[in-house]
Amino acid sequence: MSQVVEDIKPSYPLFRKDEYKETLKNKQEMFEEKHPQDKIEEVFQWSTTDEYKELNFNRQALTVNPAKACQPLGAVLCALGFEKTLPYVHGSQGCVAYFRTYFNRHFKEPVACVSDSMTEDAAVFGGQQNMIAGLENAKALYKPEMIAVSTTCMAEVIGDDLNAFIGNSKKAGAVEEDFPTPYAHTPSFVGSHTTGWDNMFEGIIRYFTLNHMEGKEVGSNKKINIVPGFETYLGNYRVMKRMMDEMGVGYSLLSDPTDVLDTPADGKFRMYDGGTSLDEVKDAPNAIDTLLLQPWQSMKTRKYVKNTWKQPATDIAIPMGLEATDAFLMKVSELTGQPIPESLTRERGVLVDMMTDSHTWLHGKKFGLYGDADFVMGMARFLLEVGAEPTQILCNHANKRWNKAMKKMLSESPYGQNCEVHNSKDLWHFRSLMFTDKPDFMIGNSYGKFIQRDTLHKGKEFEVPLIRIGFPIFDRHHMHRDTTLGYEGAMYMLKTLTNAVLERLDEETRGMGTTDYNYDLIR
Amino acid sequence: MAMRQCAIYGKGGIGKSTTTQNLVAGIAELGKKVMIVGCDPKADSTRLILHAKAQNTIMEMAAEAGTVEDLELEDVLKTGYGDIKCVESGGPEPGVGCAGRGVITAINFLEEEGAYEEDLNFVFYDVLGDVVCGGFAMPIRENKAQEIYIVCSGEMMAMYAANNISKGIVKYANSGSVRLAGLICNSRETDREDELIMALAARLGTTMIHFVPRDNIVQRAEIRRMTVIEYDPTCSQAEEYRTLANKIIENTNLNIPTPITMDELEELLMEFGIMDVEDESIVGQTATAE
Repeated sequence: MSQVVEDIKPSYPLFRKDEYKETLKNKQEMFEEKHPQDKIEEVFQWSTTDEYKELNFNRQALTVNPAKACQPLGAVLCALGFEKTLPYVHGSQGCVAYFRTYFNRHFKEPVACVSDSMTEDAAVFGGQQNMIAGLENAKALYKPEMIAVSTTCMAEVIGDDLNAFIGNSKKAGAVEEDFPTPYAHTPSFVGSHTTGWDNMFEGIIRYFTLNHMEGKEVGSNKKINIVPGFETYLGNYRVMKRMMDEMGVGYSLLSDPTDVLDTPADGKFRMYDGGTSLDEVKDAPNAIDTLLLQPWQSMKTRKYVKNTWKQPATDIAIPMGLEATDAFLMKVSELTGQPIPESLTRERGVLVDMMTDSHTWLHGKKFGLYGDADFVMGMARFLLEVGAEPTQILCNHANKRWNKAMKKMLSESPYGQNCEVHNSKDLWHFRSLMFTDKPDFMIGNSYGKFIQRDTLHKGKEFEVPLIRIGFPIFDRHHMHRDTTLGYEGAMYMLKTLTNAVLERLDEETRGMGTTDYNYDLIR
Repeated sequence: MAMRQCAIYGKGGIGKSTTTQNLVAGIAELGKKVMIVGCDPKADSTRLILHAKAQNTIMEMAAEAGTVEDLELEDVLKTGYGDIKCVESGGPEPGVGCAGRGVITAINFLEEEGAYEEDLNFVFYDVLGDVVCGGFAMPIRENKAQEIYIVCSGEMMAMYAANNISKGIVKYANSGSVRLAGLICNSRETDREDELIMALAARLGTTMIHFVPRDNIVQRAEIRRMTVIEYDPTCSQAEEYRTLANKIIENTNLNIPTPITMDELEELLMEFGIMDVEDESIVGQTATAE
């Protein structure tokens, strides 16, 4: 069983050696009470049927693979987007370890985030002492210029009051009275990671502007505020900045974690890097308007922008695909009076050219997709634009209004006529759909790979290949650096989808002497 | 004799702690070894036994020590009148934290530290008024208290509470060995009180185990932080508690309760004239409309 230095094998292919195969077999037979293989096969086949799908969709007391994460995860991402800001989670330690590893695995970067480690006595007496010690230690050790506080379930269940606790911590001298400590209650058993992002963001702008609205005037700084929402494609932050720069529009990208989640290996550790400055946040009420790039996931922020900043918070769709990007840029142009420059018009033209080049391969191809509310909405719109047919759309955290809006959008396109929309459903439901209403591909995060494996197990002709766009992507590298928004993002998605179609076609046609009359050099 | 674990529930303010301590004193007088576990953040379940203002609680000591793991049993287990062992779970100040979690933590601590392994005949849990959350059901979960006594009186709200607590017991009784062992009537001197509680007990599938009359000597003893049995062993009230203690020692009548519906309970109250027959026509009518 020992390895030799010159030829060290990782678990795969090491575990394919006979001795390991035998160990596994013994383990299953002697200790795991494994069912006979034919029984497993029988149940597997049953789980692919319409009958099982019916039962599955009547499931009530169980969620399997929910296709969403919890609120504080979103709160942490939001906080990372501000300059020298330390995300601080009031609650238990394990939760924070989870947030950090979750982001580590996706971004392949270290993620700075602390918890105040509430333990058994804190659960009984409340976590105020933890808050006092935690804020003091976190500031002394990590020297942030802002600490953004969110909560785990534990603190929420016992009803800890962040406003009072933070206030008392300041009175106790843990941090100075004027040290920025915005906060948001983020119970994990309500909403999702996108709700958490929205709550934390609202908490931050509330902290800096609620009692400082005097002298603020909408439009006086001539800027546009851009609020990304829970956004994990770093290219999306960058493309927004580029497009605004090319238009000559003054803007504030509120929450921008591009630098801290993409630090260079130059021998220097950066706990903080880049990010939206606190001055920009304070100045945000003076902007012409605040555009929410993921409007379905930014309800609370919208309300605050309208009611407190008195800005219109103009309704836009996520600028994903051709039409929505057009609408977005025209709206920015309308709000600021800046024309859309030649460079962006040209970029648009290139996208349209690419779409016409590739649409023959995408036309009529069927896609199942799952993910966050705004992402799947934008993705579905883009699919319709290139003549592809979304057939199953699933979002766990979206509400009924979203479901209606999605159905309306689909009904208005000939390519959206045969599509089902599911909210409050999970990936185990989605798995059923991939068997009973098989699309050509599914689009989503890494968790879909297990559905692909299952569909393949039923037979090659049942396989639904996964195209990885979404969050999290743990099993492919550096995709978080790509772009899905704007014309640039549409180009990336078009390229990804088209090449997935072509890869699949090659895979199906490379049978020597059987199918290879279609195994073409030129596609 | 195997250790018997009993929990005392009942409406807040009904006299659970006073009744428990007096009856435990009665049991101890007979040479039995008893432990009282106070499951109430107020931590007043053992003061009459210890002659103390309030005992140091498990949660208080745990917070001081840093974690529960750093706590030793002798830090929290005190011995008082009649060699009665006393422990208080404790909990947060009103308005913060989670008192129910405190009860869970405390009882787990006692189990892990072997508080139950001693040569005990009885453990009594004195639990805060209503079973508002899972934490306060801790004494009847798993293999803890198997006998539940509900302290009540002939007042309407006390009977509502008794019925509600019975509902709580049913949830655990069906999957475990917890049983309703009887109602203890702590008299408020309402009309036909004994008959009423006996009727209620019958409906709930249990009995009124004892009728404890009202006597001011209980208050006089309490001011001295003593049980009646210790303060004035010869008085008639001490004898009442001794009788109650004996009845509990002899009690084998353990049942899964049969809680009744609101309508049934109201019928019972009307039967005994505690509640008037409802006049639907006046519901929602203001004084001027009448």
